[in-house]
Amino acid sequence: MFDGLDALLLARIQFAFTVSFHFIFPSFSIGLASYLMVLEGLWLKTSKQLYLDLFKYWVKIFAIAFAMGVVSGIVMSYQFGTNWSVFSDKAGPVIGPLMAYEVLTAFFLEAGFLGVMLFGMNKVGKRLHFAATCMVALGTFISAFWILSVNSWMQTPVGHVMGANGQFLPGDSWFDIVFNPSFPYRLVHTLMATYLTTAFVVGGVGAWHLLKDRSNAHARKMFSMAMWMAVTVAPLQIFAGDMHGLNTLEHQPQKVMAMEGHYDSHPNGAPLILFGIPNSEEKRVDYAIEIPKASSLILKHDPNAPLAGLDTIPDDEEPPVGIVFWSFRIMVGIGFAMLGIGLWSLLARFRNRLYEWPGLHRAALIMAPSGFVAVIAGWITTEVGRQPYVVYGLMRTADAASPLDAPAVGASLLAFVLVYFAVFGAGTMYILRLMGKRPHTGELGAKRGDTGPIRTAGITPGPTQNPGGAEALPTDKEDV
Amino acid sequence: MDLTVIWAFIIAFAVFAYVVMDGFDLGIGILFPTFQVGSERDRAMNSIAPVWDGNETWLVLGGGGLMAAFPLAYAVILPATYPLIIAMLLGLVFRGVAFEYRWRDPNHRQFWDAAFAGGSLVAAMAQGMTLGALLQGIEVVDRAYAGSWFDWLTPYTLLTGLGTVAGYALLGATWLVWKLDGTGQAKARQLGKISALATIVLLGAVSLYNLVLNAEYAERWMTAPEIYFAAPVPILTAIVAVALIRSLKAERHSKPFWLSLALFFFGMAGLGVTMWPYVVPPGLTIWDAAAPEKSQIFMLIGVAITLPLILAYTAWAYWVFRGKVGDEGYH
Ligand code: HDD
Ligand code: HEM
Ligand code: HEM
Repeated sequence: MFDGLDALLLARIQFAFTVSFHFIFPSFSIGLASYLMVLEGLWLKTSKQLYLDLFKYWVKIFAIAFAMGVVSGIVMSYQFGTNWSVFSDKAGPVIGPLMAYEVLTAFFLEAGFLGVMLFGMNKVGKRLHFAATCMVALGTFISAFWILSVNSWMQTPVGHVMGANGQFLPGDSWFDIVFNPSFPYRLVHTLMATYLTTAFVVGGVGAWHLLKDRSNAHARKMFSMAMWMAVTVAPLQIFAGDMHGLNTLEHQPQKVMAMEGHYDSHPNGAPLILFGIPNSEEKRVDYAIEIPKASSLILKHDPNAPLAGLDTIPDDEEPPVGIVFWSFRIMVGIGFAMLGIGLWSLLARFRNRLYEWPGLHRAALIMAPSGFVAVIAGWITTEVGRQPYVVYGLMRTADAASPLDAPAVGASLLAFVLVYFAVFGAGTMYILRLMGKRPHTGELGAKRGDTGPIRTAGITPGPTQNPGGAEALPTDKEDV
Repeated sequence: MDLTVIWAFIIAFAVFAYVVMDGFDLGIGILFPTFQVGSERDRAMNSIAPVWDGNETWLVLGGGGLMAAFPLAYAVILPATYPLIIAMLLGLVFRGVAFEYRWRDPNHRQFWDAAFAGGSLVAAMAQGMTLGALLQGIEVVDRAYAGSWFDWLTPYTLLTGLGTVAGYALLGATWLVWKLDGTGQAKARQLGKISALATIVLLGAVSLYNLVLNAEYAERWMTAPEIYFAAPVPILTAIVAVALIRSLKAERHSKPFWLSLALFFFGMAGLGVTMWPYVVPPGLTIWDAAAPEKSQIFMLIGVAITLPLILAYTAWAYWVFRGKVGDEGYH
């Protein structure tokens, strides 16, 4: 199946495949953890059953997504050693500690409190349970912080010195390494991406149930909350994306050249190529539809500013233009579509038709998975655009791989592909099934006789650390 | 004490914490097929559902910590044991998702139960064989693995793999003795006795094998003055082994589990005596593979602050779910 592919290419495909799968889950669970925190907080504050119902509805989905994120994440942390051992040896002294901090400050926090969040509602007080939910949400945040710092350092490496044995060694200040030039942009942009991804999933589920029954109060609440999120975060995301692009232009100019499809330099004002087919053989974009001078206007805030093109870059340092060009357009297109839905929902609110506009609900339903597509497209832009380097400008991807033979990497790739599609496919189906169930009053978590036996609810309750807590919960003996 | 030694102990601690904590999770998975479908299986699984994720995080710390503190070791060991690591990761994928999936899809409960058991078994076996592959020595040239594809597959590694499976089964069985009552507990006790014997026999076999495996290992155990430090380890191990068998016969609840932990602790200590000061025998010492001091100090600050907190809230999470796993809530 993998004839003619060398070990390096297979390792790249394997990384891209496993990390893309992995990131689908965090991009949902980071946002969903925060959403659950908000729901539970609102429940504590207002004592409205509705919020508790929504919390219980989504927490079941969260549990599945989280489990998939965890198992696919563990694969990632070992893949550095299995497939990219030279990279691990060379960059380990710099990025290893950051990833260790991720484990210490984030993964343990999430995992430690997850059990209580999922199974502990009847065992600890309401407030303590809320605290556990907050800790899980905080953990997902901290996790994003560190891993994005690592990735950003690989994109814009600073703060290190080169050791005699070829290793990257930490320089004087860890602060410089952690807060490298592209990190703040990437962090903000990615976190907002997870919020948008989640908002559109929640909104899509709400819309689906509104289409079936527009009086469903739970679906209304979900939809409304999601649309507020869309209308506020989508414009911020576009703004942040623009800033991110300017930062990239400063530090990784050839990535921006590839995103823009600029094979040639434009000494007095570069056009914005909306669409076209990048042709790397001939070094031009075929069938281009372009707006004159607009690219210089966006990137330099001056329509006549000169912009260098890929002709200034040696051929062996050029990233694959087609992939970067297209994935960037997919992401940006979805960003504007999200904004469009947000504005439409605002209009619907003003006209008092938010829950009575099937067109809007259908559009929101179609957009439900769009966040995932945008997130993956964004990562592809980022990662492919920095090729041929793994540590930008300093270490080539080709020099980073493990001394393995193609059949070994090919076989493991095949195993990952088969297992991931089967296992995560099943998980996605279970999530969709849960989403298909109507949210209703007295949401029971895993309902008896419905989805089989209930989980840990059965553990003998401890003495009351929980005065009044259990009675306050209508679903005593049920896990959430 | 120098930083590199401190880090060797921290990694050893993370590995030990992983082995005993996820050990009993994986052990329950290994024993899973012997439990009856229904309440027995449900309760066995529920006894670990709230904690398995935290337990598995120690594996991420072990791997991540190794990369951070001993990057060269990480870069050598993983390619050398490539198929084992991949098998372990895939095993952990199946075992991890089964916790959620089996409740979500009653029609395929059987399949996910099999995934839980099979994934646990594969992961345990792969971990044990990886340890064996490390102990039997890894060939390194120019900061890279230089051996061939199947160096990791030998009678010795099969032995260490089986030993690990038996040991995890012991941890799982004694955990269940503690957490269950009634027939479930009686069955766990029975399984505990069998796996205790298997563990003790295999532990002994591996220890003896070590002596012929590598002259340096033998020297460490057989000559003065090292022998004075080394000798207490097998003696204490033997005492613990006897106490463990007796506690299983004497119908104690939590004691067998604690004694199994002690058995693992001495096993680990023995491992330390055998390997010291190598991180990748026969060529790389911990100092050869160590990260620069700046990296070590930076991480040490993090460990000093977070590890006590981690241990505290982990303990709290266990405390919340203390006591026997009952049948309430199941119908
Ligand atoms: C919901 C997801 C989402 C949406 C709607 C957008 N992005 Fe994005 N984008 C991402 C999700 C994302 C991402 C997955 O989060 C990336 C990949 C790596 C990163 O830092 O963010 C990314 C990368 C990324 C990069 C590459 C930067 C680099 O790596 O150097 C640029 C320039 C932009 N984005 C710009 C935009 C613009 C102008 C958008 C507005 C329309 C936009 N993004 C919408
Ligand atoms: C610590 C951090 C990371 C390392 C060491 C790393 C390294 C690599 C390497 C070696 C490749 C294959 C080379 C290639 O692209 O041709 C790659 C590709 C890729 N990575 Fe990263 N990466 C890191 C973080 C991430 C993160 C956090 C994501 C997103 C979640 C990501 C997304 C991708 C994608 C989508 C590709 C595919 C590009 C391609 O194959 O051409 N990476 N990365
Ligand atoms: C190549 C890079 C990456 C590696 C090596 C990696 C590693 C891991 C590991 C080992 C876990 C499991 C932790 C556990 O046991 O609980 C995990 C889960 C997680 N990761 Fe990643 N990760 C990567 C990319 C990312 C990115 C880019 C983000 C966020 C921006 C992220 C956010 C998370 C979150 C929130 C979890 C918690 C589990 C979940 O919700 O899915 N990861 N990751």
